[in-house]
Amino acid sequence: MTNHWVDIKNADLVLVMGGNAAEAHPCGFKWVIEAKKDRKAKLVVVDPRFTRSAAVSDYYAPIRSGSDIAFLGGVINYLLTNDKIHHDYVKAYTNASFLIDEGYKFEDGFFSGYNPEKRSYAKDTWKYQTDKDGYAKVDPTLQDPRCAFQLMKQHYSRYTPELVSKVTGTPKDAFLKVCEHIAETAAPNKTMTICYALGWTQHSVGSQNIRTMAMIQLLLGNMGMAGGGINALRGHANVQGITDMCLYSEVLPGYLAAPTDADKNWAEFVDKRTPKTLRPNQMNYGQNFSKWATSLMKAWYGAAATDKNDYAYDWLPKKDAAYDVLAIFERMHQGKMNGFLCQGFNPLASVSNKKKVGDAMAKLKYLVVIDPLATDTSEFWKPHGEFNEADPAKIQTEVFRLPANLFAEESGSFTNSGRVIQWHWKAADGPGESKGDIEIMAGLFLKLKEMYAKDGGKLPEPILNLTWPHRIAAKPSPEELLMEISGKALGEVLDPKDKTKVLAKPGEQLAGFAQLRDDGSTACGNWIYGGCWSQAGNLTARRDNSDPSGLGQTLNWGYAWPANRRILYNRASCDVSGKPWDPKRAVIKWSGTAWGGNDVPDMRPDAAPDENVMPFIMTAEGVARLFAPALAEGPFPEHYEPFETPLDRNPFHPNNPKAVSNPAARVYKGDMEVFGKAKDFPYVATTYRLVEHFHFWTKHARINAVLQPEQFVEIGEELAKEKGIANGDKVKVRSNRGFIKAVAVVTKRIKALDVDGKKVHTVGIPLHWGFKGVAKPGYITNTLTPFVGDANSQTPEFKAFLVNIEKA
Amino acid sequence: MIRNPKDLKRYTAQERANHWVVGISFILLAISGLAFFHPAFWPMTQLFGGGVWARILHPFLGVLMALSFLSIFFRFRSLNVMTPTDREWLSRAKEMVDGNDHDMPEQGKYNGGQKMMFWALALCMLLLMVSGVLLWRAYFGFPVELVRFGAVIHAATAAVMIALIMVHIYAAIWVKGTVRAMWYGTVTRAWAKQHHRAWYRQVTGK
Amino acid sequence: MALQSLDIARRSATTTPPPAVRETTEVAKLIDVSTCIGCKACQAACMEWNDIRDEVGTNSGVYDNPADLTAKSWTVMRYAEVEEKGRLEWLIRKDGCMHCADPGCLKACPAPGAIIQYANGIVDFHQENCIGCGYCITGCPFNIPRISKEDSKAYKCSLCSDRVAVGQAPACAKVCPTGAIQFGSKEQMKDYADKRIGDLKSRGYDKAGLYDPQGVGGTHVMYVLHHADRPELYKGLPNDPGISPLVSLWKGFAKPLANVALAAVALGSLFHYVTKGPNEVSKELEDELEKEDAQ
Repeated sequence: MTNHWVDIKNADLVLVMGGNAAEAHPCGFKWVIEAKKDRKAKLVVVDPRFTRSAAVSDYYAPIRSGSDIAFLGGVINYLLTNDKIHHDYVKAYTNASFLIDEGYKFEDGFFSGYNPEKRSYAKDTWKYQTDKDGYAKVDPTLQDPRCAFQLMKQHYSRYTPELVSKVTGTPKDAFLKVCEHIAETAAPNKTMTICYALGWTQHSVGSQNIRTMAMIQLLLGNMGMAGGGINALRGHANVQGITDMCLYSEVLPGYLAAPTDADKNWAEFVDKRTPKTLRPNQMNYGQNFSKWATSLMKAWYGAAATDKNDYAYDWLPKKDAAYDVLAIFERMHQGKMNGFLCQGFNPLASVSNKKKVGDAMAKLKYLVVIDPLATDTSEFWKPHGEFNEADPAKIQTEVFRLPANLFAEESGSFTNSGRVIQWHWKAADGPGESKGDIEIMAGLFLKLKEMYAKDGGKLPEPILNLTWPHRIAAKPSPEELLMEISGKALGEVLDPKDKTKVLAKPGEQLAGFAQLRDDGSTACGNWIYGGCWSQAGNLTARRDNSDPSGLGQTLNWGYAWPANRRILYNRASCDVSGKPWDPKRAVIKWSGTAWGGNDVPDMRPDAAPDENVMPFIMTAEGVARLFAPALAEGPFPEHYEPFETPLDRNPFHPNNPKAVSNPAARVYKGDMEVFGKAKDFPYVATTYRLVEHFHFWTKHARINAVLQPEQFVEIGEELAKEKGIANGDKVKVRSNRGFIKAVAVVTKRIKALDVDGKKVHTVGIPLHWGFKGVAKPGYITNTLTPFVGDANSQTPEFKAFLVNIEKA
Repeated sequence: MIRNPKDLKRYTAQERANHWVVGISFILLAISGLAFFHPAFWPMTQLFGGGVWARILHPFLGVLMALSFLSIFFRFRSLNVMTPTDREWLSRAKEMVDGNDHDMPEQGKYNGGQKMMFWALALCMLLLMVSGVLLWRAYFGFPVELVRFGAVIHAATAAVMIALIMVHIYAAIWVKGTVRAMWYGTVTRAWAKQHHRAWYRQVTGK
Repeated sequence: MALQSLDIARRSATTTPPPAVRETTEVAKLIDVSTCIGCKACQAACMEWNDIRDEVGTNSGVYDNPADLTAKSWTVMRYAEVEEKGRLEWLIRKDGCMHCADPGCLKACPAPGAIIQYANGIVDFHQENCIGCGYCITGCPFNIPRISKEDSKAYKCSLCSDRVAVGQAPACAKVCPTGAIQFGSKEQMKDYADKRIGDLKSRGYDKAGLYDPQGVGGTHVMYVLHHADRPELYKGLPNDPGISPLVSLWKGFAKPLANVALAAVALGSLFHYVTKGPNEVSKELEDELEKEDAQ
């Protein structure tokens, strides 16, 4: 979230799309209700199903799963044609005025630079025109046909309400009604918050779904505002923390891009990742990369990392290929992996195409499952009737189960969707022989280290030199780890403005990432968490909920990264001169000498407005990007069909069969072949969670099992009638990868949609069941889902695929 | 009481036993039923080992009473067919109640009042049994509207039946020489001749 | 076990006044259906606080689970899909004991002290006094109490009388994530409901209103409904509930009447005997028969 949970109450309009906050985030959803109750806010829900969120909404519009960019592109077109944008904001705080390279173009579904063989783009035309100083050229009048604003306008002019309705299945009047609601928040003192979740990310165009909404929020001037922002509602209580700490091997902690084979040495690695400032006077905060990276290496290798050895750069693994979840299982499936350490993860149930995942694990020599529960994954080899037809005689994988503690059985920190890091205290001892994850990992590490020390090996240094300054080596405490993550001084940290002033003495905890240095004098395990455990102690353990502004900022509750800032880009909540757009919801303002107010300013505190330092300090331009070259499939989001589409064409590009689905998405050999076709699998399926359950955990919990005991699928009344399915019947749902059987819930809440001249039905498939637990045993829903992901994050397309359904 | 070999046999041992099964189960049913009906009678549940036992036993006793009454019903049904004499007797029942029974029409084994009692009790039994089943939640689940109706019928019928039985008992006490018919099965000839002269003539041939 | 910190207003099958000297504020739970997302946190909290665990059931084609109230499920969410003015609405209502001011269960209960109405309005079942007859079910206008198959005792929502007695809100109100379940004095709850009804009316629900049915003297669990004119839309919430006239007859008027009638019969018999004397066999007849025997 750019904003935070409580801030939702400051919104005038809450849009829930690409998510179902009431279902998946009932506790956070309270703030939506607060906004409705206390601000008279409106709640608009756009979803293929009339959800629990829709049940309390003011307006609901249906949409075909997988057509969000068409819908949102249509909103952009509506805002531009009806002139419902926040002009001053767009002009000053976005790259609308930036001139784009003459070579950039978009034609027949492809952007310039497409290579169909590699299924990827050369991005050399996706850039700004620059002047002799290397700065981007701008046209403040926004009239230049090559400025981002004009190109954007041209790009989305195709997204007419008629075509949007034809692609999304949303009735035109419903679409326009949603547009009207959204357009109202273009007023400087009105904001819309958007609550989305996996309903946007789990598509082959997931990242672009979100980007389209980011563009809308920029056009409306809602970024940085209280009650605005782009708000990803994260799933696990700590999934934000997991991503921050580098869940994916693409990045190092704090979203530092990981080194690749192409980066020969430290200097090259750092240089390539340090952005060049693209406009005068901008903070371009990313230019501090070397300080963050150096401090990270010092946290890991301590005294062993010096400027003499490139801060131990050679010991870092270099990325040679993709290591996302689909890539891992693809490699495992090819038999190229021996062992798999599976910690807090149930891939047999969670990853698409269960059969492929099961087959892949059967090719391992060993599988280690570290989990509090006896997961389905840990018994992938074991026959569980029709729900898991495995043949143990043919599987040689040795499976180890290491029972771990649950979160309540150990202390530690959670980072919520709003980036607030909150310490939690151990409530009970774990049962039996269970151990904390830290202790288990420490045990594995110490054993490995001992073996390397004894037996040597190919490259023992990364293990042998790892710094391990823990009081009990076999059981590092969570407190020690958070202190390491937060950062401390190794040498004296001096004030750059006054070298006689010592900011931190050796051994002291640092006050924040601004004190990080690239000379080896500081160590910090994750720069964005810098300062969460300062000399003042564990700031994440603070529980002072006083809220003087009434905005719910509660700056003394826990610690929000970065720098305890609650609303990102909050400089943009003020006009260029530093006055809040909405004085009633002032986040910060310019006092005449400094920035301050109800949040930690997202701006150099003494940057006077006339210095023209723009609010988006993490971009090299200082402004937000309407035209964004970073993403894989184009600088402007474009609608592509899901890989399994009920249509035989992309109605936006009816004559280009290669532009039906995301042209930049990676598809493995063998997976393309098992994509189903609409003639065999005519119905759009989408998977989702239910409020009664949490992933595949709570099927092990009696209360949750009582509340939602048995696997079901949801279908509309019309489809049920066509198929002769009565409410409560057992049905079989098939995709080209397998089938599941479940109880049919026949509902008015799913309606057939008219899409591109066809009637399209949706089959809704909740995913919480499996063969382990106390709930009624069920099929793994991901038996059905396709093994393809978003072109940027490789998040699998769980939300839109094709199935057929029949009475079982 | 003097036992005389010339006393007349009014009830066989089986008939008497049958009567007392009905009688005992009725008494138990009445006191447990009254306990459920009105708090004033609640302490009587102690006779059964408490309220729960009273609740458990009451319906089973009801079944016992219904079945044993059914036996009585078939034994005495034919003897209780109303005749014109009974109607005449009934029309002059006030004289009887006042104690002037010497002018009453000659009665067979049962007088009009007793026959009325027989049929009234039979009707009560039927209503209690049917409505009782409606209320027996341990084994049945009827729609609540029906149960409510059943509750009213059950309570009202039970009250009527208790009143009838009180009259029944009182009549036996009031008419001296009657009770022994249900103890030993015999009545004196004088008793028979006075209260049931037609029956007397029938059994003695006089 | 009566809770000493709560005074008793009424006690089942009891004809004398219970102790009631303390001044107690009438409490109420307000369920704002318009902000309820049907998350069932209330059901989970109810199970946890009261230590009850129902069976793991089946799916019968709806979200409602457990499918109905049971002795081990004292509250359930009921989901109704209705189409109003061409617009789909998913009406979700938390069902459970309404804690009537004039409770039909208490009226019908034959067991002294098995059902208690506290002065604060909570109607509570005290299972140690319950005999398992099910009269409470017969008496209830909302079809709430359930008899356990295991112990033949009647169970229902206690409004967490144990929590309320020590100044806590019921477990369901405590956990409700959206604040759809509010708890406080009945007056406060009515004021709060007024605000919510105003908000709903401003959003086009002209018939929004409070469900506090006067047929049972008002309730201590109230609903804010978008369609207060048609409570039956919410999976059969009764439109104008009251204690059935049959139950009133049975446990009201009939009780004294029958007692008086039975007493009259008993006394009538006694006085008949005393005034008219026994009906003895006449001396003449006995003599006559003796004479016959002598012959």
